[in-house]
Amino acid sequence: MTAAAAPFRAKRVLPGFTLSLGTTLLYMVLIVLIPIAALILKGAEIGPARFWTIVSSDRAVAAFRITLTAAAIATAFNAVYGLLMAWVLVRHDFPGKRLLDAMMDVPFALPTAVAGLSLTALFSANGWFGQVLHPAGIPVVYTIWGIALAMAFTSIPFVVRTVQPVLEDLDPALEQAAETLGATPWQVFTRVVFPAILPAWLAGCTTAFARSLGEFGAIVFIAGNLPGQTEIAALLAYIRLEEFDYNGAAAIALVLLGFALVLLIVSNILQSWAARHRRATA
Amino acid sequence: MRPPARSGRLLVALAVVLTLLIVVAPLVYIFARAFSAGWQVYAANIMDPAMLHAIWLTCIVAVIVVPLNIAFGIAAAWAVAKHRFPGRGLLVTMIEIPFSISPIIAGICYLLLYGRQGLLGPWLREVDLQVMFALPGIVLVTMFVTAPFVAREVLPLMQAQGTEQEEAAVTLGASGWQVFRRVTLPNIRFALLYGAVLCTARAVGEFGGVSVVSGNIRGQTNTLPLHVELLFNDLNAVGAFAAASTLTLIAVVALVIKAALETRHG
Repeated sequence: MTAAAAPFRAKRVLPGFTLSLGTTLLYMVLIVLIPIAALILKGAEIGPARFWTIVSSDRAVAAFRITLTAAAIATAFNAVYGLLMAWVLVRHDFPGKRLLDAMMDVPFALPTAVAGLSLTALFSANGWFGQVLHPAGIPVVYTIWGIALAMAFTSIPFVVRTVQPVLEDLDPALEQAAETLGATPWQVFTRVVFPAILPAWLAGCTTAFARSLGEFGAIVFIAGNLPGQTEIAALLAYIRLEEFDYNGAAAIALVLLGFALVLLIVSNILQSWAARHRRATA
Repeated sequence: MRPPARSGRLLVALAVVLTLLIVVAPLVYIFARAFSAGWQVYAANIMDPAMLHAIWLTCIVAVIVVPLNIAFGIAAAWAVAKHRFPGRGLLVTMIEIPFSISPIIAGICYLLLYGRQGLLGPWLREVDLQVMFALPGIVLVTMFVTAPFVAREVLPLMQAQGTEQEEAAVTLGASGWQVFRRVTLPNIRFALLYGAVLCTARAVGEFGGVSVVSGNIRGQTNTLPLHVELLFNDLNAVGAFAAASTLTLIAVVALVIKAALETRHG
């Protein structure tokens, strides 16, 4: 690539570079970076000792634990369900396949508050699912399972949509060759298919986990929001704001921001691994 | 495609049943509950002044945010895809940041900046400008949350198409604006439309960030998703589902447009 070797060309052919880059940077700085800087400044103002007192309080620790546990459950579900959906949508033909594929985008398009409202009503004692689950002694609403359910719903598309294109690129001839050589379907999957889609699958799981950690709208409806039991970190930050405890809100928000940025980096690394992997196997 | 084996049919059946339970049921349930008390109650719920105001406010927010996001998306894609400069990769990652940050955090950031105790608070009081708990705050937070939507649809396409066509047009004497309108725009119009549709759906449905900065003043700063929560907390379930059904309708329309675009353009 000659362009990479010489990042600044002597003369740009296409116009509008200054205008477009200027607009982009202005928007990014004003809308995204300065507000984030305000949060970081607030964190610096709190000071390490008070910051630690806030985030290590019993209520905050419980909120982080609940958020991480529920996000792990949600991600585990989507890791399996997303893989199943990607596999079925790429490798099988059946009536209604296009519709099933479109359904995978519903959680992105549907506002989270609407999803939360609907799931809460579905699983409460007189809802379609609650009518069955409640007598069986499985309360979902107002438990950590409800939180995990809301997180799982809102992060459904991530695993499916990252695995799907990789699976589409994978030559079925490889699997047929393995079959001809006497491999069982399970062996074909674990030895041939899974290694090829592993980086993309992990990247999808990482983004699903990150999204679950930050989810708020769907959860406030279903969680019951009991401190120490069903109160997630984002909600605790929100409650601190309503109490005008801006330090408390900022400290919790900063921890969540830290998680989000680490996961963004991990997912970027996984995605570039996936891209290299794809080129190598294609 | 191999003939479906028994295990294959089993997998398909499992996928369909799980999707029916976890995706389709919540979608259908919204309308089932919204209309559970009949058409007249539904109409009365929608015509309620607070509901109409929430719908109106939500539309205003979308009308302001979506065009700005389109302009930003095109500018970002043009700068990154058609030019080479140091820090390009970093810029692309930066554009994606709002996707990985919880909207609640975005709301808190804005409150710490523009709120009464915020960094710009004293100055805003001096010039008598109300950003928080008013329309500007709602618009700004929605702009944060939706920032990547158009850019991430248009950028990969512009990158894949390269710069030859535009360069040819410039060589033939076209002005910058002509190049964009006659060469670039026709190439990206469907991705642009798709990004705009997604952006609209997200702008209309934003909840977490807006709930921090709006102050939830009934009839004033209550957007439609916030109104869903307000009615739910009022124990007016049918009203909450009626509000939710209008948002669901927007989501379904967005998905139908997406499907139509994919059918026509792979």
